[in-house]
Amino acid sequence: MNLVFDPAWLPRLGQGVLLTVQLTLYCMGLGAVLGAVLGLVRVYGGGRWSPLYWVASAYIHFFRGTPLLVQLLGIYLGLPTAGILVGPFLAGLLAMTLNTAAYQAEYFRGAIQSVKSGQMMAARALGMSRAQAIGHVIMPQALRLIIPPWSNELIYMLKYSSIVSMTALRPETMDLFGVARSIAARNFRYFEVYILVALFYLAMVLILTVALRWVERRVRIPGLGTPGRGI
Amino acid sequence: MALLRVENLHKRYGHEEVLKGVTLAQDAGETKVVIGPSGTGKSTLLRCINRLTEPDQGRVWLEDTEITSRRTDINRVRAKIGFVFQDFNLFTHLTSLDNVRLGLMKVRGMPRAAATGRAMAELERVGLAAKANAYPAQLSGGQQQRVSIARALAMDPKLILFDEPTSALDPELIGEVLSVMIQLARDGMTMIVVTHEMGFARSVADEIVFMEGGVIVEQGTPDKMFRSPEVPRTGEFLRKISDLYGESR
Repeated sequence: MNLVFDPAWLPRLGQGVLLTVQLTLYCMGLGAVLGAVLGLVRVYGGGRWSPLYWVASAYIHFFRGTPLLVQLLGIYLGLPTAGILVGPFLAGLLAMTLNTAAYQAEYFRGAIQSVKSGQMMAARALGMSRAQAIGHVIMPQALRLIIPPWSNELIYMLKYSSIVSMTALRPETMDLFGVARSIAARNFRYFEVYILVALFYLAMVLILTVALRWVERRVRIPGLGTPGRGI
Repeated sequence: MALLRVENLHKRYGHEEVLKGVTLAQDAGETKVVIGPSGTGKSTLLRCINRLTEPDQGRVWLEDTEITSRRTDINRVRAKIGFVFQDFNLFTHLTSLDNVRLGLMKVRGMPRAAATGRAMAELERVGLAAKANAYPAQLSGGQQQRVSIARALAMDPKLILFDEPTSALDPELIGEVLSVMIQLARDGMTMIVVTHEMGFARSVADEIVFMEGGVIVEQGTPDKMFRSPEVPRTGEFLRKISDLYGESR
């Protein structure tokens, strides 16, 4: 078998990488904000029978329970029928944000609930309001706990962002996978192009993994070791 | 007028009535020790005083503020009442200094520099200035409890509630916490202490309150309670608990 790699692909692939990274980081950032709000509502929103809790739960169940592809096409093709025009980038960003927010909400809920109840009690006993206790005591601890699951979600989203290639038609709106498909379709070098693209994704995942490990170590609470280590 | 008044406090969990009408009064500078078998509502009583647990019925006043009134800003009241927990509940992500400083800055609105000075003074008072930059997980149980006492003291409380402050500690660490508390009592701090430490009760309590079954069975000076209790059950309990925990401490 004769593999041919053409350096002329690289600038376009590089553009694709840029768009993939942008899409992933934006959706993860916005998703974290929305996810944190939803997670807080699930924990502190007044219990099972409050309307807020119900709205948050319905949202989470809907966006976790339907495929991201369906959500993307629903937004990209559905919104224009309602008179709202969205480009492929915006549609992709919106779908990915709404989707990851639902998953992140559950990570936030889990992390918040893992903080010992005595922490809230001690904060309230000092005279802090509930919001102050959440902001100064609960969230700083929950955010540390959320890093490992959040890293997973980041890696998932980085790879799943390839579905925006479904909607991008013009080269400048194509993500890494979209670029690859269009290059391959033109010169029939499918195998070579997809190997290259796989390596690009792998490199991005490794960089993000190392970066988040570094963050995790940086914010580790001194004295609290890794559970089970050395046993 | 008493500093703290508790009137006919009731609390029910499901079918079980944990507090069945508790009434007591506490003067400024007084140390009250609450004793009794476990599950008799001692901790619930403390938590109802600052409404960490909402009482079902009854009223509590701190000076002329009715704590149990819906119109009272409970956060303002809680800032004046220190609370020391059995399992310390230090903020795990903060150093000793930040644990003591947080309430000063966020609740009392004190500037950082002033809060730092005050927090260091309180850590000094409990003998832990050298551990200002240590995190809770790097401290022994006794040290953690002393930091939590410093955290309560820093707020200039009118009253400190201690909920079995030494029950979670190894025996050799109990002494360092008790000696801090004894010093506080001698300095005139107003304290309500739920404990089984009879040595502490005997040496610094102005009054011992014996609770059982959600009610106060008997209360009086340590002398009266140890030597000539009116209710036979009081004497029985005190003998048992003294045998169990010793009085050497």
